[in-house]
Amino acid sequence: MAKQGVEPDELTREFWRAANEDRLVIQNCKACDRLQHPPLARCSECASADHLEWKPMCGRGTIYNYGVVHDGPIRSLHPDQPFNVAVIKLEEDAGIQMFSHLPGTPSDEVPVGAQVEVIFEASENGQKVPEWRVVT
Amino acid sequence: MTTPDAPESMFRSEVGLGVWEHRGKVAAVGVGHAPTSRRWDGRAETCVGQISIDALRQAMDDAGVAPGDVDGLVIDTHTTTGAFWPRGNPLPMEVIDSFNRTDEPLDGITQLSAEWILKNMPELKNVTFTMNGIGCMSRAICVAAQAVGDGLTGTCLVLKSWHNLEGRYYQGGAAAANTIGGTAAIRGLWGTPACYGTALQFAEYCCKYGKTHDMMAPFMENSRRNGLMFPEGYWAQHRPEELTEEDYLAARWIAKPASLFDNDIPIMVSAAYLYTTAERARDMKQKPVYILNHASSRTRARSLTPTLDEVEADTARTAHKIYEGAGITAADLSFENMYDGFSLFHQFHLEGLGYRGVGFGEALDFYQTDISIEGPSPVQPSGGNVGCGRSRFWMHTDCIQQIQGRAGDRQITGVKPEVAVSGGPMPMGGDYTVWGASPD
Repeated sequence: MAKQGVEPDELTREFWRAANEDRLVIQNCKACDRLQHPPLARCSECASADHLEWKPMCGRGTIYNYGVVHDGPIRSLHPDQPFNVAVIKLEEDAGIQMFSHLPGTPSDEVPVGAQVEVIFEASENGQKVPEWRVVT
Repeated sequence: MTTPDAPESMFRSEVGLGVWEHRGKVAAVGVGHAPTSRRWDGRAETCVGQISIDALRQAMDDAGVAPGDVDGLVIDTHTTTGAFWPRGNPLPMEVIDSFNRTDEPLDGITQLSAEWILKNMPELKNVTFTMNGIGCMSRAICVAAQAVGDGLTGTCLVLKSWHNLEGRYYQGGAAAANTIGGTAAIRGLWGTPACYGTALQFAEYCCKYGKTHDMMAPFMENSRRNGLMFPEGYWAQHRPEELTEEDYLAARWIAKPASLFDNDIPIMVSAAYLYTTAERARDMKQKPVYILNHASSRTRARSLTPTLDEVEADTARTAHKIYEGAGITAADLSFENMYDGFSLFHQFHLEGLGYRGVGFGEALDFYQTDISIEGPSPVQPSGGNVGCGRSRFWMHTDCIQQIQGRAGDRQITGVKPEVAVSGGPMPMGGDYTVWGASPD
């Protein structure tokens, strides 16, 4: 699917840099030992900006839920409608979610609860994006 | 003159605050609505600034209050339904120059400030208190209630207005760009429409409790029916069409399981209320509707989108705050007017409240019973956004009018309208008001 190109910004630069190296990292507060996603300027628990780091993830998770987009706002994705947008829960912490188009899974045939693994797809400007596929 | 945003200290967002210190000491007495339209037609007479002025003047007239007696104004400065002035398009100078402008040229066109209102309503010559209640009317009226209770203003207008321009909802602009910023991409790259998060929660709800999307049909029919009896609403004014079960079930998906009718229709509209002290309200034209409490939720999801567990925990917590501050229980509610835009989350609000004893997972079965305005358990007598278009304020107007006994054809008849609750927008993150016929 033709995802918009991603332009990393200050807050997310490390997340996207890791994706370009086929690595998944998630922001972590060392003081709270707690992951958070999406990334924030401060820990959502202790409000500290001084203990945030980027922690490597194993790249495995499960499909928690999904919806099927029939009429979405992003013009470049219109030719692919209807398409899945699944919620993935990470193996390290089931409270952390990522979205996925689930490449290879037909629309509205999403196996909720199935195991998935991360892959990295190039977006329109070449920036790689974490995606997920069902483990068979 | 710069208007401050309301500080978080004005909102009652914690459990355990006890009965609201101003319970029954603040009242709503006037309502004003501008006519609705689907989109702005480019004329000065219909721009968001002018319809706001129209609504404010109506609210004062409705309350029988002279403009010189008003000393406060609370507004939401954001007026967009999802439409923004297209970058590069020439500004509508003829319209802009037909008003007294502020430093921001699109003030009164695609946004609104208290300064713009006061420059263009010279009759509000004694307004000394202004404050922004950003988000929607639900939040603005909490600010007005607290401000009147705290003595910051004695007679306060509260305003919420919406503009809508040509083009599709949230399409164009960033959605049509070739690139997206890194932070926005975490959520925005996947092309989900606004209803997606609610669709997810509804899917999880149906899975957990064994319910189906078609069980929403009676709620949708009831909402449109009530909306068609709301003369201020969009559907009543422009498209007086019933919504049948067949229509609802045949609607195309937007983000399955959310269909077209589960989304509200963006419109232009403005509403204003007049708030004052209970003491002053006694001498005004309309029967006072007393504010028994206001409560807020500021809970955020742990990650990208709220899970059903998070939603249910928060609606229960919000209900606790609503009841605790008003000194009531669920059994005291005559009716409910919680938010419905998107329709698929109204049941979360309702279940959190325990309205008519409905528990988690039971609302869709409750929808199959008599939820009409004639029955013992009115659900959303306003018709809400489903029945009237996207404003997020029909529910408040309806609570006021029902309790005043002037809801017209919509007037509930199965129960006596004495205590009601309204508010929103989201089940996690919203602002709520408890209304009463009596201050006690």
